[in-house]
Amino acid sequence: MADISSNFLGIKSPNPFWLASAPPTDKKINVLRAFEAGWGGVVWKTLGSQVKNVSSRYSAVDYGGSRVMGFNNIELISDRPLAINLKEITECVKLFPDRAMIVSLMADNNRESWHELIKKCEDAGAMGFELNFGCPHGMTERGMGAAVGQDPEIARMVVEWVMEKATIPVITKLTPNVHSVVPTGKAVVEAGTNALSLINTIQSVTGIDLDTLVPNPYVAGKSVFGGYCGPAVKPIALKFLTTISQNETTSKVPVSGIGGVSTWKDAVEFMLLGASTVQVCTAAMKHGFRIVEDMCEGLNNWMDEKGYAKIEDFIGKSVDKITHWEDLDINYHITAKINQDKCIHCGLCYIACEDTSHQAINLDYGKPYNTYTIKEDDCVGCNLCKLVCPVDQCITMEEHRVAPEYINWKQWQEQGLPLNDH
Amino acid sequence: MISNNRLTEAEYKVNFSDIHPPYTNVNAALVDANRCLFCYDAPCTKSCPTSIDVPKFIKQITTANIKGSAHTIFSSNILGAGCSKVCPVEKLCEGSCVYNLLDEAPIPIAQLQRYSTEKAIAGNWQLFTRKPSTGKKVAIVGAGPSGLSCAFNLSKEGVDVTIYEKESKAGGLMTYGIAAYKVTPEFCEDEVNYILSIGGIDIKYNMALGTDITIAELQAQYDAVYLAFGVGLARQLSVPGENLAGVVDAISFIYELRSKGFSSVPVGDKVAVIGLGMTAIDAATQAKRLGAKEVTIVYRRTQEEMPCTQVELDIAMLDGCKISWLAAPKEVLGTDGKATHLVCTKMKLGEPDASGRRSPIETDETFTLEVDMVIKAAGQMPFETLVNGSSLNHKSGKVSVEDKSVTSINGVFAGGDCVNGGREVVDAVQAGKDGAASILNFLF
Ligand SMILES: Cc1cc2nc3c(=O)[nH]c(=O)nc-3n(C[C@H](O)[C@H](O)[C@H](O)COP(=O)(O)OP(=O)(O)OC[C@H]3O[C@@H](n4cnc5c(N)ncnc54)[C@H](O)[C@@H]3O)c2cc1C
Ligand SMILES: Cc1cc2nc3c(=O)[nH]c(=O)nc-3n(C[C@H](O)[C@H](O)[C@H](O)COP(=O)(O)O)c2cc1C
Ligand code: SF4
Ligand code: SF4
Ligand code: SF4
Repeated sequence: MADISSNFLGIKSPNPFWLASAPPTDKKINVLRAFEAGWGGVVWKTLGSQVKNVSSRYSAVDYGGSRVMGFNNIELISDRPLAINLKEITECVKLFPDRAMIVSLMADNNRESWHELIKKCEDAGAMGFELNFGCPHGMTERGMGAAVGQDPEIARMVVEWVMEKATIPVITKLTPNVHSVVPTGKAVVEAGTNALSLINTIQSVTGIDLDTLVPNPYVAGKSVFGGYCGPAVKPIALKFLTTISQNETTSKVPVSGIGGVSTWKDAVEFMLLGASTVQVCTAAMKHGFRIVEDMCEGLNNWMDEKGYAKIEDFIGKSVDKITHWEDLDINYHITAKINQDKCIHCGLCYIACEDTSHQAINLDYGKPYNTYTIKEDDCVGCNLCKLVCPVDQCITMEEHRVAPEYINWKQWQEQGLPLNDH
Repeated sequence: MISNNRLTEAEYKVNFSDIHPPYTNVNAALVDANRCLFCYDAPCTKSCPTSIDVPKFIKQITTANIKGSAHTIFSSNILGAGCSKVCPVEKLCEGSCVYNLLDEAPIPIAQLQRYSTEKAIAGNWQLFTRKPSTGKKVAIVGAGPSGLSCAFNLSKEGVDVTIYEKESKAGGLMTYGIAAYKVTPEFCEDEVNYILSIGGIDIKYNMALGTDITIAELQAQYDAVYLAFGVGLARQLSVPGENLAGVVDAISFIYELRSKGFSSVPVGDKVAVIGLGMTAIDAATQAKRLGAKEVTIVYRRTQEEMPCTQVELDIAMLDGCKISWLAAPKEVLGTDGKATHLVCTKMKLGEPDASGRRSPIETDETFTLEVDMVIKAAGQMPFETLVNGSSLNHKSGKVSVEDKSVTSINGVFAGGDCVNGGREVVDAVQAGKDGAASILNFLF
């Protein structure tokens, strides 16, 4: 059995799975249920000055019959009185001292407010802070949330205020509503943050009601941009995470990965790209806390299978596998191959390649079943057919190197090799 | 004893309720629709005699474009609603669905087709616009699936159509022949009215070709004629005792069942059904559902050679019908003019015959079934005398055609059961389309 426990800047948890700062962590009853279910830690719903929420608050993107492939919300930070939150935090820590209790903060934009909030939360028993520089709605209009995260200099200033006061680890949560998360990441690391987390939600419009013509979510005939999250944002989160893991400054601090994590596999992917822990919101909101059981078991089994004894053994292992396009090996070439025994003759590979790729699949008419074969000479090895094929392992990509030696784009040009082979 | 009124109204209702119930909610339809892979050059479409673009109409259900979905279906098959209830899909579209090759249940294509088409009929969605009248007139004989399909496709192009129908209702075997637990009289009426709602089609009921009007008269009054009178009479057994009371033919038995209330249709205690085609299955199961105590199907060959599909056989077996394999009727015995016993010859299988199936050969052994009713369902006979009286070329009553629907008389076309000798509704619909295309070609 592998050891899946985590030690994040001294904050220990039995597994690297934390609940992200959001409704699942906004009160004692939820957090106790989460700990009972087995979650390693929570980032308590963001605390700050008193706010008021609207109704409705959420909307989703469904796809191909699956609900909530993407999720968005227009909620604000915790709308419960600070004193109640603090009291409940203390009670939760007392009942589950082995779990990570991080408290998310978004104070008003001045030093005193931050210092006061930090003091109160430390007294309540917080083990670490997460600074919410990411909330893309409601708070930005007040100069908080993403408004801070989008400006590296403001972010640096706020982190400096925080570091003057905090005696426990500080994680800064980055907003993805920027063209790159690195400038803010660098600024806050330089200002002393102990760790980073990303991503918060992405500004979005999930859809429009075609009867009322009002976009979602609907609030008395109007809508606003909501923060997008859930499985749909995972690829974007992984990209932002990679840029943080590859930057000389930001890679010095540990990262908690967030954005679309729903399964142990998603979690492993975040960890392979440099996250030490992962945080989950939407998946828990869709299925409840019980999903953590399979996350722990799946991670454990995978680690055993691959021979990793502890999570540090694989964290970051894929970071250097993402390179620049110019460094890719141009002599590497693959072509598709259809296993005729597995093929169910759906024609999806054919029409994809024929209409939109390289006309590299041959159709032999049959009634009712056509036979499809690859024209190896025309196949550019793009993967499209394999991606659309509904049968597992029916289309495989086989390696046929153009030449044995590595050659990249720059060398190719320098040697004056032919540019167009189609 | 042969008697009617064996069950309570509630029992009849249960016994003759829809054998393939529809989706009860949109989510159920979406689960199935979303499972469809949207195949290219889809095997299901190629296995539909009317070539309905199945992946397209199913995709349209998933995009909440039910009107589009119904339009896709009806463009290929104006009886798409009826077909969704009566087609033997296990040997057509669903039988070819690629999921079969994954050893997974195929997409319930018929049920999805029913979903869209029922909404169209219930909402009386007008999905087609008739072109302005061209002044051309066509007469059609028979308002069954073939005649209706031809009429619709002609009228759409601006041809004025008159249908001559010998019965007082349209629909042909849809209305008078197909099992009551597949389609109801109300449905058949709604479907016919929906087809006719395009306009330009006039049906003259209680008008029979041969008795009330001749082909020559029709030719004189119309620019073209389409024959779609189906097949009629049940094949005779040609065994002694066939005229005893209690020996009936399946078509008449079902005709009664479809045109009268269930409680007024008499059925025996011990029923033997001769044959194992679709008609035999329908006769046997419906006899059982009317309250017969014992129903035995007598078939000359084995399960290997049976003409019905396994799905149909299963319906009969689940209803409690027994099957006597390798048995052929030899004689019906009776007392006081009423059938009491069916003597059968035991058969064995010999060499393959013209149909490629092993042919049954008589043995010396016989056995006797106690019966009070014998239903003959050993195939139907084409209307030989009807076609004999004209100069139509035909093969023992089946109208001969070239190019799918062109008969030996100039300007006279034909299709459906009267040409193919008796297949499925969906084949008749396609024949009607082909006929309309030939006629349009002939007229313009
Ligand atoms: C018992 C039984 C069960 C069946 N079950 C199924 C099933 O479940 N699914 C399926 O797909 N198929 C089934 N079939 C077959 C299907 O019903 C036929 O293939 C189909 O109805 C043929 O259509 P048609 O228009 O060619 O002929 P018909 O449906 O027979 O229509 C012919 C029409 O012409 C009329 N007509 C006949 N003679 C004259 C005349 N002289 N003058 C004027 N009008 C005339 C008739 O009254 C009738 O309305 C079944 C058939 C039978 C007998
Ligand atoms: C309803 C809702 C409320 C949220 N509130 C907060 C918040 O108060 N503070 C915060 O830092 N992030 C908040 N988030 C963002 C989540 O913590 C998380 O970063 C984001 O949902 C991406 O993770 P996911 O894809 O697992 O949901 C909220 C998300 C949702 C869906
Ligand atoms: S890999 Fe791309 S080019 Fe090759 S057959 Fe598949 S779709 Fe066509
Ligand atoms: S997509 Fe896969 S299953 Fe479908 S035809 Fe192509 S190879 Fe066969
Ligand atoms: S074969 Fe099956 S999966 Fe493919 S389009 Fe037809 S119904 Fe859909």
